[in-house]
Amino acid sequence: MDKKVNGIEEYYDVVVVGAGHAGCEAALASSRLGCKTIIFTVSVDSIAMMPCNPNIGGSSKGHLVREIDALGGEMGKNIDRSFIQSKMLNRSKGPAVHSLRAQADKKDYTSNMRKVLENTDNLTIKQGEVAQLIVDDSYNKIIKGVITSSSATYYAKAVILCTGVYLKAKCIYGDVVNYTGPNGLAAADLLSASLIDNGIEIRRFKTGTPARADKRTIDFSKMEEQKGDEDITPFSFCNTKEDIDREQISCWLTYTGDKTHEIIRNNIDRSPLYSGVIEGTGPRYCPSIEDKVMRFADKNRHQVFIEPEGEYTNEMYIGGMSTSLPEDVQYAMYRSVPGLENVNIVRNGYAIEYDCINPLQLKSSLELKNISGLFCAGQINGSSGYEEAAAQGIIAGINSVRYIRNEEPVIIDRSQGYIGVLIDDLVTKGTNEPYRMMTSRAEYRLTLRQDNADYRLTPIGHEVGLISDERYDTFLNKMDLINKEIERVKHTIIGASSEINSFLEKYNSSTLVSGVSLAELIRRPELDYDKLGPVDNNRNTLPVDVTEQVNNYIKYQGYIEKQNRQIEQYKKLEKKIIPDDIDYDQVGSLRLEAIQKLKMVRPRSIGQASRISGVSPADISVLLIYLKTL
Amino acid sequence: MISDSDTITAISTSMGNSGINIIRISGIDSFSVIEKIFRKGKSAAHFSCDKVSSHTIHYGYIYDGELCIDEVLVSVFVGPASFTAENTIEINCHGGSYVAKRILDVVINNGARLALPGEFSKRAFLNGRIDLTQAEAVMDIISSDNELALSASVKQIKGDTRSFITDLRDKLLSVIAYIEAALDDPEHYSFDDDFYESTANVMNGIINDIRNIIDKSRNGLIIKSGINTVIVGKPNVGKSSLMNYILNDDKAIVTDIPGTTRDVIEYMVNLDNITLNLTDTAGIHNTNDIIENLGIDKSRQYIENADLVLCVFDNSSPHTDEDSDIYDLVKDKTHICIFNKSDLESCDDEFYSELMRSSKYVVLSAKCKTGYDDLISLIKELFYINEIDMNNEICITNIRHVELFKNALTSLDNVISNLNDMVSEDLLTIDMLDAYNYLGEIIGETVDDDVVEKIFKDFCMGK
Repeated sequence: MDKKVNGIEEYYDVVVVGAGHAGCEAALASSRLGCKTIIFTVSVDSIAMMPCNPNIGGSSKGHLVREIDALGGEMGKNIDRSFIQSKMLNRSKGPAVHSLRAQADKKDYTSNMRKVLENTDNLTIKQGEVAQLIVDDSYNKIIKGVITSSSATYYAKAVILCTGVYLKAKCIYGDVVNYTGPNGLAAADLLSASLIDNGIEIRRFKTGTPARADKRTIDFSKMEEQKGDEDITPFSFCNTKEDIDREQISCWLTYTGDKTHEIIRNNIDRSPLYSGVIEGTGPRYCPSIEDKVMRFADKNRHQVFIEPEGEYTNEMYIGGMSTSLPEDVQYAMYRSVPGLENVNIVRNGYAIEYDCINPLQLKSSLELKNISGLFCAGQINGSSGYEEAAAQGIIAGINSVRYIRNEEPVIIDRSQGYIGVLIDDLVTKGTNEPYRMMTSRAEYRLTLRQDNADYRLTPIGHEVGLISDERYDTFLNKMDLINKEIERVKHTIIGASSEINSFLEKYNSSTLVSGVSLAELIRRPELDYDKLGPVDNNRNTLPVDVTEQVNNYIKYQGYIEKQNRQIEQYKKLEKKIIPDDIDYDQVGSLRLEAIQKLKMVRPRSIGQASRISGVSPADISVLLIYLKTL
Repeated sequence: MISDSDTITAISTSMGNSGINIIRISGIDSFSVIEKIFRKGKSAAHFSCDKVSSHTIHYGYIYDGELCIDEVLVSVFVGPASFTAENTIEINCHGGSYVAKRILDVVINNGARLALPGEFSKRAFLNGRIDLTQAEAVMDIISSDNELALSASVKQIKGDTRSFITDLRDKLLSVIAYIEAALDDPEHYSFDDDFYESTANVMNGIINDIRNIIDKSRNGLIIKSGINTVIVGKPNVGKSSLMNYILNDDKAIVTDIPGTTRDVIEYMVNLDNITLNLTDTAGIHNTNDIIENLGIDKSRQYIENADLVLCVFDNSSPHTDEDSDIYDLVKDKTHICIFNKSDLESCDDEFYSELMRSSKYVVLSAKCKTGYDDLISLIKELFYINEIDMNNEICITNIRHVELFKNALTSLDNVISNLNDMVSEDLLTIDMLDAYNYLGEIIGETVDDDVVEKIFKDFCMGK
């Protein structure tokens, strides 16, 4: 290790590299748990910056935010402080896919988060670029700290890398290439080499963002207004809607058309994606507009959402039209969209390429397998999205502390949360593109609803130490209310009176000939807990978040119970732990492909092993038997 | 996912013409499964495992619902004092592969799952019943058996059958991906107005296809293990001469199934491409008249259990009420009307003429040995024997595959009832995915990220 130090030496428990959404959650978790923490950022002004879309949440991402909050994280509270519009998506569909999304005032979001960081005990903020890891490799590799580009040394017991898109970042549109991070912020060009030196496999991913437009040059009369919900739901379980109620700002919807697509097709050879300038792998979930047009040639229009970047700025985000086409093509293309005919572009759209690691190198705790005490969270692990990053951040923060204290890591499993699905997918299956959370990735999604994230995770948050006793008591009271109400609803019998039957007729629901339980009626597709209020005479007024869980539990009880049985099976295999030092070559009867895959992933449990592609049920049986012989 | 704690079952004796068969059930629900299907003693009384000691044997009958399948001996082993260390049941039933498969079917339908190769041994080992030194051997067996079973059963599914299943899965996956895309990206994709109706149409199409293949498969299984055939008719229509005629034909190879203890004797008759398991009721009583001597219930039981009923009439004398009563019993089963005594002058009977219009029939003379070929070709026609090329056809003869098809069917039936109830879309895909996975297991394909891949392929997602 070539140590060129400037004489500054400081000692911390935890070093967090990067102050984006992952870094903030990681640093807050570790400092709140009592570990002396320092967080590095290339610019203090960019703490919790939202360099792409101006919103938090959305399908399945909203679930992640609720879960982060249930564990004692900050993202939910911060968006509740900073939102300018709130919407529950999929409200007309099943409860498993209800997803909260809020438009953020970007400036408020970063300054509010910065305020939280600045006022957290044990937490130091430091502007600077981390250039090198200090690793003791005398026996097994152990992290000892970091050295900055200015040659200062920060020793630490654990290091969390949350470098986002900054490692060797390269912004591209047309033939313009800027070697910077988003918004011209300095890239971190030095750390990648140190990672490679320490045996970490690096890959190159790509993502992109659309242009920002000047509001004064947009003709909103040609667009459809998209308002927020009248009845808003907070992200944080600590807030009620009265706590956060405010005037909301609209978004706008317009569409691309034939003309737009023609401009793109005519200039596709000038796209760096198609000309080969961009080598990184992009996400299929949010493709650039040129990708959409080329790959889905039969679609003659695409939606374009015009979203405010904040309350006090005229900048508008042109959602749905991320691009890396040359500047002149961007102008022509955007101006072909109804309402944007005279638009002025404030910032051009661009693609960004960055270094990240292969997440198969991580344990489920987000610690690297080959370097003790080194954790990674966020886009460096191949994910995409603010919420995915923050979810990993809080877990890495918690587990860095547990590592220092020699405690078992906290692992949220696939049946406990989207956080578990996200991390397990990354560390077990890996990913070949920026990974985005989706509800279809969660096999137990009926039990992983956004309404019951507290039920699933707050006990863990309390046990870990991020949920105060006071908040935990409030939580226990809520659970008590829910359980009592479920019991009451199950045991309340509604008689076949003419009153009830005329009520049922009103909802086109079949009439009663004999009494049934209230629960039975709630289960009818055309009815629910709220609708049955008028015929439920002994009902007490309960908070919305209580009745919502009661309704969802009763309504989907059959499916939930079936899923619970599957979860029981799943947990049994998760509990069968494979020793760290297992030598797969010594296990007779395993197929070669299975041996290779198992050696690469080194699963912590039989359950995880069974999810590795290329490992068959027979291999799992063989492993089970082998473990028994140890 | 394969679980180590559910209840598994398999026929433990080797298939073939053994005198008895043993069906083993092991796991947490073993006792509740047997309590549902076994009735004790001649009186067919309710049986409860709690009330008997471990390692005891009980005489009684296996029932499929109200239908009696076989007379059996049931052994009860309370875990851990059993081979697998789990609660275990062993059913000793009569020989012949058909009966055993029929019972296995009933066991599976009542809560057990077909065991994988080596799975009993695996459980025995994991539960500490097999010596550690044997571990390696068990691993080898599981590994090679599974590989073999997989490659054999996957090989079995080829050509048309494979593409048939792949087509069904593609149809399902398209619907699933559409729903998931709309759930994941509600601002870009929404459900059409006729979503429930059009989805039900697609599902019903798939259900019909699967029903067809299960029907054909049943025939495939029957053909492999023999067509359970029973001869009925009122006294003196010539049932025994028909039996003798079939058994004594030069082309027939008759095996007297040994070791059976009950009154009825089964003959396995191989006639070039078909096997008949012919039930000879002669041993029970002096005449061959089931109806008369055993009463209507007993004969109904034989008829219910049969794959094929040969219903014999005397072509030379007009029908009586007895004939029409008997016909009423068989008319819903696969049956052939046999108008015997064609050597005598036929009578002109309106009932017979009606049967000839509505049923498959043969006119023959057992006594003069004429009409035999007609009967055989009719049987072949009824069981698609010429249509089903056992080596390469859309026909499933592997009981595990049939079980998977049935599971898929159950899941799709759930989808239909959910669609009728207008249940929310996120619930619909649960059962659709189950069906998709069951079908995938048949052709040896795992799920992995099919849905996500399909969403990205077919739908333009995201911001």
